[in-house]
Amino acid sequence: MATTALPPPESPVDLSGDPRRHRRERAMGVLFTAAAALSLVISVLILVSLFSNGLEFFTDVEWSRVFDAGSWSPRQGEFGITTILAGSLIVTGIAMVVAAPLGLGAAIYLSEYAQPRVRTVLKPILEVLAGIPSVVLGVFALNWIAPEVVGRFFGEENSSGSMMAAGIAVGILTIPLVASVSEDAMRSVPNSLREASAGVGARRMSTTLRIVLPAAVSGIVAALILAASRAIGETMVVFIAGGAADAATYTTNPLDGSLTMTAAMASLAVGTENVRGAGLAVPSLYFVGIVLFFFTFALNLIANRIVRRVRLVY
Amino acid sequence: MALTTVGSSSEAAVQARVAAALRGTRADVRGRVFEVALLVALLVSLVILAVLISRVLIDGLPVYTDRGWDFLDGSLSGSAARAGISQGIVGSFWIAVCVVVIAFPLGIGAAIYLEEYAPRNRLTSFIELNIRNLAGVPSVVYGLLGLAIFVEAFSGFSGATGVDRRTLAAAGVTLAVLVLPIVIITSAEAIRAVPQALREGAYGVGATRWEVIRSEVLPYAAPGILTGALLSIARAVGEAAPLIVVGAVTGFFSQGGGLNVGNVVDPGHLSERFVALPSIVTTFAKQPEEAFRVANASATIMAMLVFVLLVNSIAIILRNRFERKRSQ
Repeated sequence: MATTALPPPESPVDLSGDPRRHRRERAMGVLFTAAAALSLVISVLILVSLFSNGLEFFTDVEWSRVFDAGSWSPRQGEFGITTILAGSLIVTGIAMVVAAPLGLGAAIYLSEYAQPRVRTVLKPILEVLAGIPSVVLGVFALNWIAPEVVGRFFGEENSSGSMMAAGIAVGILTIPLVASVSEDAMRSVPNSLREASAGVGARRMSTTLRIVLPAAVSGIVAALILAASRAIGETMVVFIAGGAADAATYTTNPLDGSLTMTAAMASLAVGTENVRGAGLAVPSLYFVGIVLFFFTFALNLIANRIVRRVRLVY
Repeated sequence: MALTTVGSSSEAAVQARVAAALRGTRADVRGRVFEVALLVALLVSLVILAVLISRVLIDGLPVYTDRGWDFLDGSLSGSAARAGISQGIVGSFWIAVCVVVIAFPLGIGAAIYLEEYAPRNRLTSFIELNIRNLAGVPSVVYGLLGLAIFVEAFSGFSGATGVDRRTLAAAGVTLAVLVLPIVIITSAEAIRAVPQALREGAYGVGATRWEVIRSEVLPYAAPGILTGALLSIARAVGEAAPLIVVGAVTGFFSQGGGLNVGNVVDPGHLSERFVALPSIVTTFAKQPEEAFRVANASATIMAMLVFVLLVNSIAIILRNRFERKRSQ
């Protein structure tokens, strides 16, 4: 009875605090949203820049010069897309022959065999290799791989390089990508599978080949697709060591010099200031860009989809 | 009786016999061969790296021993004995600045949005998918973006015409856009690793969302974000294809490329035509003269690799430290 009632508050207490805090809160939210939205703007700008400048090529070109021509020589009006498509496929193929076994072998070793201490010593090798700029590999391909590897083993020495020399160097560039993505896939295979396999008496090799690799197969496939996409998009190595300047004739011999889609773009771009107005050379730069964009877009989409499915399983 | 004899006579021998019986009689030859083959696959990368770096040193070092700082200090030239790369250092410096000023804030901001603000809906997953795809777009295509959009857009400000529109600013923005997805993806991963309890603690004492981000999320994620940021600088400084498409000066080095160096940190360079270290490497490598193609190209690569590998190793060490600390 003696309790004294608290005096009633004169007005409801304002718990919301300083209005400036709220203004700042809203402002930061808007800024972050804008930053994220910018990524969509960039995608749109890429498509706009490709199509607005490449349109002229689609409307004005004689398509017989695109599909039937036996050479890529845009300054002479020869737009043989098969030439540079063949170049891209050959270089990518050679790159995959180099990168798939070396990258996968390294990944299996790091994931299944290496002791933790060995791993911390060996893993940075791949990380350093991943950081080497592609121009460096290009010069290496031109000055060393072409004479010392291609020249020695294939008996052909082209002083300005070849698709073989460029393909080997592109393969070296993609080893770290293959290794890191497929190692991630193998390390995400639950240990209980390995233990069960060891428990029924399997040796480490059998466990690796029959349990871990099948369980990680989608991640490994994704790694190879990403590497192929990276190899198709690799420019400087082929531009420097591919053995062709700004024109190429159709060839499927990897020891010849030729152009890939990317190298054809780079060599066109080097001279754009001289060829502006010279027919369809500049629009053809964007046309090749469109073809390349959709090639890599499709590969990346497939690889991302596979990677996401792996993540859902484990 | 018999049992005790066996047990007492040679327990070790019995154990060895049992172990041998369990293991089988054959030595695991195939298993050893397999393991060695895997190790060889890994060591091939090491050998390639060693050959590559020793090649660069063997070819490039004489240029520095013969000419000292002159090579770093000199201007582009048609004569191999006088050519220098100072203009390339200016270009690469400003490209790195553009990445820091443009790609870092935008990339970290977008990562914060995706991890802290974005509702889990279709639009968000579309934005994420879009960023992953942007990360896979070939760099030469970004060059086309720069040539078609940024070169045109900036010429509107500066009033430059013709090839003079192909400025360092356009190239810098192009490379900032190129590495933006890398910054976003690595920052988002670092932010995702921040324990939820930290956020809840801060919300519990009345912090707003931005205050939580500033006082808890960003400090905790900082090493991871910094690692991604460093890797993206190294990537941008080593990238040549977009520069060539945007319009780095190639060839015509006889008059020093018409590029002045002056004060390296003068922002006026941004409105001029440009070269950068990787584009110089390309031009040198394309020359028929061996003094350019081998010696000068390798010497330029040395200058570039010192920076790129330094930044990369700091990033790797930082990340390893950070992972070890968190796993304790």
